[in-house]
Amino acid sequence: MENLIAGLEMLARWDVMLALLVGSIGGVVIGAIPGVGPAVAIAILLPATFSLDPIVGLTMLLGIYGSSMYGGAIPAVLINTPGTAVNALTSYDGYPMTERGEAHRAVSLAYSASFWGGIFGILCLILLSPVLALIAPMFGSREIFLAAFLGILLVILAHRGQIFAAGLLAMFGIFLQTVGLDAVTYTQRYTFGYSFLSSGVNLIVVVLGLFALSQAFFLLTAPDNSPDAKPVTGRMGAGIKELLRHKRVATVASGFGVILGMIPGTGEFTAQFMSYTYAQKTSKNPDQFGKGSPEGLIASEAANNAVPAAAMIPLLALGIPGEALTAMMLSVFYVHNVIPGPQLFQNNIDLVYGLYFALIALNVIVMVFLLFSTNLLTRVIRVPTRFLGVMILLLSFVGVYSLRNSLTDCMIASAFGVLGLILKRLNLPIVPIILGMVLGGIMEVKLRSALPRLKTPLDMIDRPIAAILFALIVLVLALHLRTLVREWRAHQPTDDHDLHDSQMR
Amino acid sequence: MSRAKTLQSLFKRYRRPGDIVFAWIALLASVFLLSQLADQTAWRNGGKLFAQPRFWPAVSLGGMTLFAALHLVGSALSERIEGRWHEVWLWVTSLEYAGWFIAYAVAVPYAGYLPSTVLFAIALTLRAGYRRASTLIAAAVAAVVIVLLFKTMLKVNLPSGLIYESLPDGLRQIMLTYF
Repeated sequence: MENLIAGLEMLARWDVMLALLVGSIGGVVIGAIPGVGPAVAIAILLPATFSLDPIVGLTMLLGIYGSSMYGGAIPAVLINTPGTAVNALTSYDGYPMTERGEAHRAVSLAYSASFWGGIFGILCLILLSPVLALIAPMFGSREIFLAAFLGILLVILAHRGQIFAAGLLAMFGIFLQTVGLDAVTYTQRYTFGYSFLSSGVNLIVVVLGLFALSQAFFLLTAPDNSPDAKPVTGRMGAGIKELLRHKRVATVASGFGVILGMIPGTGEFTAQFMSYTYAQKTSKNPDQFGKGSPEGLIASEAANNAVPAAAMIPLLALGIPGEALTAMMLSVFYVHNVIPGPQLFQNNIDLVYGLYFALIALNVIVMVFLLFSTNLLTRVIRVPTRFLGVMILLLSFVGVYSLRNSLTDCMIASAFGVLGLILKRLNLPIVPIILGMVLGGIMEVKLRSALPRLKTPLDMIDRPIAAILFALIVLVLALHLRTLVREWRAHQPTDDHDLHDSQMR
Repeated sequence: MSRAKTLQSLFKRYRRPGDIVFAWIALLASVFLLSQLADQTAWRNGGKLFAQPRFWPAVSLGGMTLFAALHLVGSALSERIEGRWHEVWLWVTSLEYAGWFIAYAVAVPYAGYLPSTVLFAIALTLRAGYRRASTLIAAAVAAVVIVLLFKTMLKVNLPSGLIYESLPDGLRQIMLTYF
């Protein structure tokens, strides 16, 4: 109880409140603009938050993360272009509703469903935290190693249809983090004699290149475009009433969001697709799906908004990020010497509760903000894309250069920017590189520290959690093999789709 | 025949033009990096395999090469999509903007953050094809806002320009600290 109050006290500071306000409203605006997403914004702001208090910096980034999907629903519904990649399914049913002249209904439903999902996710997080505090200390080096390995495996296998590319990029990420001076043996690894490589390839420089600069290059090399969104009229509160008629869909979708959000490497996409499929299968009007079904809209929005809170679970409890945005947040923790993991729940539980409350507050702020300002945002959507590219380029500079005033960093970031552009143009995923870097580093450290206590390889899995994780790894591989065999037998592989199109803008 | 065809379709993936070029580059880069393994990493005699500094580079580069080879096979077995070299040319043209970015980074320590940001914002907006005065003014205003936000308010770590040194006394101090 006193920890709860301490957590509340953490938020009751003007700078934290300001960060929350800036983060959540900024997140909505950024989410609403097709072409910039939370990843770009977080990457750019990351170095700026290093000088702030951990709770201030984290609430700001959390604000952007948690609120961008609210904003992303607006262009998805109004102009059939998802504002962030995870709003893809929202456009399936949202846009047909707009075409029918029900834009107002669609937008307000999307907000309400998002709010439902967001709050549901946080409640799960709060209810789960006593359990987490109990289980997390049972994670030693070998368990964390296995969990990180599972994360890598899932991130590769989750990219169905692009598994080879995802594997290639995840391995590239793991390789990148090995470059430089090895921390234990003090030997050089892949530095090719260059001194700037001795300190390794900085994660933030890579993130800024792959997410922010690549997006600038992407927009600048493509033809100019200015999306046209029509203003929406009507009261925004109406969606809440309609949502209450579909409580079951909203809750199950949020549940999918929470479960898949907790599992590293899966995240919003899978959650959205699964809850959408569920909603369609159990609906009374399955034919309406894709033609403007309110249930479809609710399923996808509730699912994707339940993910941010759930994604905090592996991050806070184990120090294992499940996707790119939490991987970026991990570096904020590290900079402030707050190491997420089992100890966090024992030593800094007030920070954990502070973050929970911040999440609740941000959902309320965003909801209130959106009820009044949707039409303002429809104007923001119209920013021409190349102009946006220029702005992202200028902002990326702040991110890269403020890190350590290094021109070399700028060049490395540019190189990764070009790589990111190529990947985006080819519709290949970027996230595996980032997760490879972060999880690869965790795997290397944890495997090393687990070694002295291992006499035979079997010792690796002789503890209950480790055994469960190992079983999960085997299960995931077996399930994947089964799907492959089925596809082979059916003589008809599933068609690949644009699921990962412009992932994590 | 049908089985062979199915195996082929297992490898066939939804692609975009230029995929095979990327696949080749990825494979060549992986093979090159892997070939440098003995040269670029050390092996400690007597140490356990998993604790060797060479272990993770070997695992990751081995994996990279394997996946790159499979990706290439998948790409080669799929139907060719028109517009490969057109796409590659687009990648090359993005280098121009990388150049702009680096030039901007070079300019800041000399010309100062505020002047170089405004200058680059306007120049890049022109380069991107906008000619209307209102857009150019918007770019300049946005640049000033960026500077005010990050340098003046958030005080992020950016160098002050050499050019400010030549300003009169009172103004110089302000410019050095805030812009």
